[in-house]
Amino acid sequence: MSDLFQAVTDYSPYLWEGVQVTLALSGGGAVVALVVAVTLGLCAISPFVVLRVGSRVVVEFFRGTSLVVQLFFLFYVFPLFGIDLPGMWCGIIGLGLNYGAYGSEVVRGSLNAVAKVQWESTTALSMSWSMAVRRVIWPQAWGLMLPGLNNLMVMLVKGTAVALLIGLHDLTYWVEVMRKDPEVGLWIAYGVGFLLYYLVALGCSSGLRLLERRAQRRLGLAPSKTRTTRATAEAVA
Amino acid sequence: MEDVAKRFGKNTVLDGLNFTVERGERVTLIGPSGSGKTTILRLLMTLEELSGGYIYVDGDPLTYAKRGNRRVKLPNKEVTRIRKRIGMVFQQFNLFPNMTVCENIIEAPVHVLGQSKEEARAKAVDLLDQVGLRDKIDAHPSSLSGGQQQRVAIARALAMEPEILLLDEVTSALDPELVGDVLEVLREVARETDITMLLVTHEMQFAQDVSHRVLMFDEGRVIEEAKPEVMFNNPEHERTKQFLQAIL
Repeated sequence: MSDLFQAVTDYSPYLWEGVQVTLALSGGGAVVALVVAVTLGLCAISPFVVLRVGSRVVVEFFRGTSLVVQLFFLFYVFPLFGIDLPGMWCGIIGLGLNYGAYGSEVVRGSLNAVAKVQWESTTALSMSWSMAVRRVIWPQAWGLMLPGLNNLMVMLVKGTAVALLIGLHDLTYWVEVMRKDPEVGLWIAYGVGFLLYYLVALGCSSGLRLLERRAQRRLGLAPSKTRTTRATAEAVA
Repeated sequence: MEDVAKRFGKNTVLDGLNFTVERGERVTLIGPSGSGKTTILRLLMTLEELSGGYIYVDGDPLTYAKRGNRRVKLPNKEVTRIRKRIGMVFQQFNLFPNMTVCENIIEAPVHVLGQSKEEARAKAVDLLDQVGLRDKIDAHPSSLSGGQQQRVAIARALAMEPEILLLDEVTSALDPELVGDVLEVLREVARETDITMLLVTHEMQFAQDVSHRVLMFDEGRVIEEAKPEVMFNNPEHERTKQFLQAIL
């Protein structure tokens, strides 16, 4: 136990740095991924064929090719064309595009899952496509897509570990450094790695769960607190 | 409607259908399921693509126009302009669950017609008064009964001040004891306004009370047309007799 304590104390500044890099990659990647996912998802259901086909091609490309190769491409090949991005940027853009492509399928699926009759109501009220999406369809789809996006968010957090391959000093990098230290037990290094990733992922998914519950309450899907209380009171009486 | 045709794949629902509804007239469409009556309302609301023929609203073509010998599709903008004069109430209410009752009603008047929020809300209050749900103005659709939701849906359609109101089996999804309130609201709309109405319903007493004319459909054609008293008491066509006997 004292070994563990010793190792954690010795490495805590480095682990903290690693967690920060992992958080930055996760947060930045998530923002880029969300923008990509929403844009591609909306294009996929738009009335314009060009946008639908374009979205399909982009999604298939980024889903169908390896994330590691995409990162290497950004990091090693882009500089040959004079685009020299710092590693962190490469990581955020690469992760964002890749997970955004997956996310766009969640967005598309959720938009399509909104009842067709809701679209018909917007037509009957002469709302335009963009107004219908913005005011009626999207708010309903949002609650539906959050569980799927949450799933991807957790995968993204863990997926940031590939950033090690383009030289970023993220959590995995420091865990590797710990592992190579003969004074630190193997199980300690990886145990700490497990735990820290788990905590970061847990934090992210709890935040999204909160958003999900709020969205569902707004749609009247989950019973509001007062109604539950009243129902309980009635049941007791 | 002129030579209206509607095909779903190889299945022809309407073929060469012609009929006219006068301004302010209330017409009920009856007939067995699959006879095309709901399809007519959906074509008028532009929820279905017209496969052939033309629909005119007050002389203006709705989705397709005749240019010489050619049948041309009208641009979206033009369709929207005409469509604003038509409103529809659906079987399944279709309120927006992400909005309150008031927001449901004022959404399109504010964002489509460009009314101010205050103006639209004042009108929403009047309309909710009319349908007997003023106290539900800030309620959530999910907290209302089916009958209440349908009355809000009627208010929402009326808020757009349509010249033509399409009612598609508006009581079919309701519990029997909730039907009365909804029909009462519609009776009042019929009494108080001169909105042209096309209704598809199985409530024959209601149809008789509010409509000027009844059209009996079978296999996409009007097989009989009469005033409601005549249609319901002395139908001529054998098929109409059968149909009415089966549902009354």
